[in-house]
Amino acid sequence: MSDIVASTGADRSRWRPPSMIENPVYRGGLAVLAIAYVVWSLAALDIDWQRVGSGFPRAMDMFVRMVPPDFNRWELLIRGVLESVQMALAASFFGMILAVPIGLCAAVNLVPKPVYLVARFIVVLSRTFHEIIIAILFVKIFGFGPLAGVLTLIVASTSFISKMLAEDIENMPPGQLEAIRATGASFPKLLVYCISPQALPRYLGVSIYRLDANIRHSTVVGIVGAGGIGQVLAASFSRYDYDFSLAILLTIISLVFLGEFFSNWVRSRLR
Amino acid sequence: MLEVTDLVKVYPTGTRALNGVSLTVDEPKVIAIIGPSGAGKSTLIRCINRLVEPTSGKILLDGVDIASLGRRELRKFRRRLGMIFQEYNLVERLTVMENVLSGRLGYVSFWQAYRRRYPPDDIRMAFQLLDRVGLSGYENTRADALSGGQRQRVGIARALMQQPDLLLVDEPTASLDPKTSRQIMRLLVELAHERGTPALVNIHDVGLAQSFTDRVVGLADGRIVFDGPVDRVTAQVLTDIYGEEDWSTTIREVEDEEEEREEAGVSRSKPPAREKKDEVTLGVAEGE
Repeated sequence: MSDIVASTGADRSRWRPPSMIENPVYRGGLAVLAIAYVVWSLAALDIDWQRVGSGFPRAMDMFVRMVPPDFNRWELLIRGVLESVQMALAASFFGMILAVPIGLCAAVNLVPKPVYLVARFIVVLSRTFHEIIIAILFVKIFGFGPLAGVLTLIVASTSFISKMLAEDIENMPPGQLEAIRATGASFPKLLVYCISPQALPRYLGVSIYRLDANIRHSTVVGIVGAGGIGQVLAASFSRYDYDFSLAILLTIISLVFLGEFFSNWVRSRLR
Repeated sequence: MLEVTDLVKVYPTGTRALNGVSLTVDEPKVIAIIGPSGAGKSTLIRCINRLVEPTSGKILLDGVDIASLGRRELRKFRRRLGMIFQEYNLVERLTVMENVLSGRLGYVSFWQAYRRRYPPDDIRMAFQLLDRVGLSGYENTRADALSGGQRQRVGIARALMQQPDLLLVDEPTASLDPKTSRQIMRLLVELAHERGTPALVNIHDVGLAQSFTDRVVGLADGRIVFDGPVDRVTAQVLTDIYGEEDWSTTIREVEDEEEEREEAGVSRSKPPAREKKDEVTLGVAEGE
């Protein structure tokens, strides 16, 4: 209604796109609320500027003690790196396998509603908690070491890959599924003849990406004692071996770079 | 052969797409279903192989009610109904051959489908069909590398691989340019006549419907408002189906078609509907 009135107005050489919020009172009120929120949250943070100030010399001291990095205990380093990579590989592998049934069941255009809801619940639940929290849980159950780390990464990989797989299947053009169904094909045949060829390249791409992510995350879960290079890093920090810490950090950086490079290289080849 | 009685489809949104449609197909003819967008053409075709579940009514294929079949029985019946789509609906990442062979999915076992190990007879038939639709040598091309017309040819081959008793064709030319549209329609009609397979063809283009089909069914607001031989489609009939409009240009298009055929050496004399079918086939054969 209002735009009809506007277009019949006097000056037909002026035009502005209609505002997202038409009412100027609401629009102004929203802006005021947004500013108030920022002010309030800054105040609530209660930043102790004195502590911020005293942090700087301590940081300087740490950095000075970090250089030069100490690579003397390289065997420990290598063992940690290998453990991390193994954790990442194992977790990606099992994640890829577990993600297939869950991902298929989480695609709304394939399965009955109840199955879909259960699968989605599993995906959402496993994504609710950050890896660190899951890692702490598994460390409590299975003790320190890579087992807890692998299990953590399996949970994370499964939920990630299955979510991506489900969304990929849901975004498939419905016509292809329709056409294969119309030939009299059963659901398993639909799976191997239509869904699998259409979803496979992206599924592999996501899995490779997840392998790269698992290498990064395996360094993190180690900090709460779930094995890998992260655990070595946490230990070095707590012993104030900052020069060794820097060596580990440099190693992690190069490891992650390698992982990223590998993942991009493989994914550019998948089409 | 096919007998649809009092078919009703009400979508969950409350839209009454079909409002008591009755239709009999008892001869191997090509039947055009025309009507404005939203008249229920797609719904009608999709109800017959139950890609859309009808709300009520009967769909008898050789005496068996498709509308009341269980899942397993329905799959068996779907093998007898070949479907061709507007958007071709090929599995894009599969080869042309795999797409054509998918017409046999209802006949082969899961492992045969999984490993793409089809019986030699199926493979022979697929190669023959590829030759017939003009795609010899394309068997290992991926479907997403084909043009629209080529894709539709694969779609036609896939449907015919089922050796269907009835072809359901949903807007086969709506995504194609005029020339390709005519070629595809010609091929489709020719193949249907050759094999004695009746075909229900949803089509927007009245001119195409008039020049290629034997019988026209007019659908408006989910009801059949016209059902008769193609030469009885007059301006008044089109007004009944689509609403008031100046139809003189559409009708003239038919005359152009007649002239075209005259040039091709086919007599202009108005034959009765029965012979007209042969005339179309003849004209097609010369046109290719």
